[in-house]
Amino acid sequence: MSEPAQTSEQSLSVALQQHKPFPLDVTFRCHAGEMLALIGPSGSGKSTVLRSIAGLHTVEHGLVSCAGQTWLDTKNQRDLSVQARDVGFVFQHYGLFPHKDALENVALAVPSHHSRQQRRKIAMSWLERTNMTGLELRKPHALSGGQKQRVALARALARDPTVLLLDEPFSAVDQQTRRRLYRELAQLRSGLNIPMILVTHDIHEVQQLADSLCLIHRGKSLQQGDVQTVFNSPKNREVAKLLGHQNLLPARVAKHDEQSTWYQLGSCELVRGPSNSLPTGTAVTLLIAPSAITPRQEYSNDARSINRLQGCIRDAVGMGDEWSLRVHLDNVEKSLRFRVPTHAVDAAMMMSGQRVSLEILSSGIHAISEDSQT
Amino acid sequence: MTPFVVSFKLALWTMLILLPVGLFIGRWLAFAQFRFKPWIESILLLPLVLPPTVIGYYLLVSFSPDSLSGSLAAQLFGQPLVFTFPGLVVASVLVNLPFAIQPLQLAYGSMPMDIREAAWVSGLSTAQTWWHIELPLIWPGLLASATLVFAHTLGEFGVVLLVGGNIDGSTRTVSIAIYDHVQSFDMQSAGWYSAALLVFSLLALALVRATSGSSSLTNTSAASQ
Repeated sequence: MSEPAQTSEQSLSVALQQHKPFPLDVTFRCHAGEMLALIGPSGSGKSTVLRSIAGLHTVEHGLVSCAGQTWLDTKNQRDLSVQARDVGFVFQHYGLFPHKDALENVALAVPSHHSRQQRRKIAMSWLERTNMTGLELRKPHALSGGQKQRVALARALARDPTVLLLDEPFSAVDQQTRRRLYRELAQLRSGLNIPMILVTHDIHEVQQLADSLCLIHRGKSLQQGDVQTVFNSPKNREVAKLLGHQNLLPARVAKHDEQSTWYQLGSCELVRGPSNSLPTGTAVTLLIAPSAITPRQEYSNDARSINRLQGCIRDAVGMGDEWSLRVHLDNVEKSLRFRVPTHAVDAAMMMSGQRVSLEILSSGIHAISEDSQT
Repeated sequence: MTPFVVSFKLALWTMLILLPVGLFIGRWLAFAQFRFKPWIESILLLPLVLPPTVIGYYLLVSFSPDSLSGSLAAQLFGQPLVFTFPGLVVASVLVNLPFAIQPLQLAYGSMPMDIREAAWVSGLSTAQTWWHIELPLIWPGLLASATLVFAHTLGEFGVVLLVGGNIDGSTRTVSIAIYDHVQSFDMQSAGWYSAALLVFSLLALALVRATSGSSSLTNTSAASQ
């Protein structure tokens, strides 16, 4: 098990490993004020990681420290109880106490060294910060999904935790409420100087809320880093696929010039992307960002046109204010998927069988070396 | 003591002893996972399926002053257990174990796990979680357990007859008194006793049904969604 490097006093450092009942090998760290998203498909082990941090799950080998305190160190038989770990935890279905009103739910989590009156006062202030003013005396069954989530968040923060753990907190609310809760959480977190871990399988949620992400698959952390960096530059094909990238084209490094690296697609087409140091001839997978693709109606027979690929529309689906397209490329035997605003294209052009040129922005091309496929 | 007093005293003692036992064993069986759990559960459920006379027979044998268990019990209680009120209480406690444990095990088991976990991560100790969260949520189960034990003890016949005998003022309960009155063709007395037991049992069951219908537990899953 690789141990996380020494981190600043306020940060959370996690290294977990187990073989049974399912394999787990996850290492990451999260700094104070940072929101780290643990992302991965269902059953990948991300919730287990969160529960292990909180002390609700026991792993075979592990090292968890936060704010200068070691919570778990299996080598030295140190394993603090759930209560002693000082975490704020928002459960997927909130886990609100059904017989207590919102105020009592939050007040119960306020540290017991406060007087009863102080506890209620602190609970009230957290409910106010989570926009629950006026609903303090409602019991959970009389609250909507979004309101329950707010109470759960207030309760998690009421004990002044050293880390905030959010286990798919938005999965049980509708889309509209979700967007409002994203905004509220973003506002609330600006005042929190503690590490925050968000478990989700929704990449859009990650992009809207998190600073960094750690991708977990089959119990193993595959890549960690800044959200946009990881999303735009996945380290291998597997990571790219797990992040939802579909436009992956096999290519070969053709040449380098001062500002760019050129790739050969299929037998003759050349595309130009950001400069890198991969040796000429290296087999790569090119990741084409959907936002970097613009369809052109005029079909060019000049296959050597720079970053202009020829193809044939296979699927064109109108989805409200945008079209979802799948274009099969002529020379690569692969398809590119992307969306275009309805106003930006001629609707008459959007039909299956129509030939188009696709203009690819150089900045939207990322090369993944075949050597990093594992 | 009249049969009514004996019956109510026996039911009260049985209930008071079994409530803490049921709370403890019910919680343990609901949450613990171990290899021999089905065996333990089966043993505790035995009084539900065995004829009361079978249980009564084994208790009579084990309470006998000639047996090791009987002599140990006699030392513990200061008197032999056979044909005495303390013996009747011990027998009644053993026979009523499933009635005390089952409702509580079900009540604990139907509590969503994340509610207990939420209490722990909120800093509540196991004891605080039990007091503030678990107990208020399982109280319909507790009420059901108490009522079932009380009502079942009032109506118990076979074990009471075998272990307690039929000693007027000491071990002669209502159900045995009914039997005696029928044997002596005093149908009017038997009828009064029977009607009293019938009404009480009906009231007890209605109370259990009414409280379980409006229980906190019925809201538990909705609240956690």
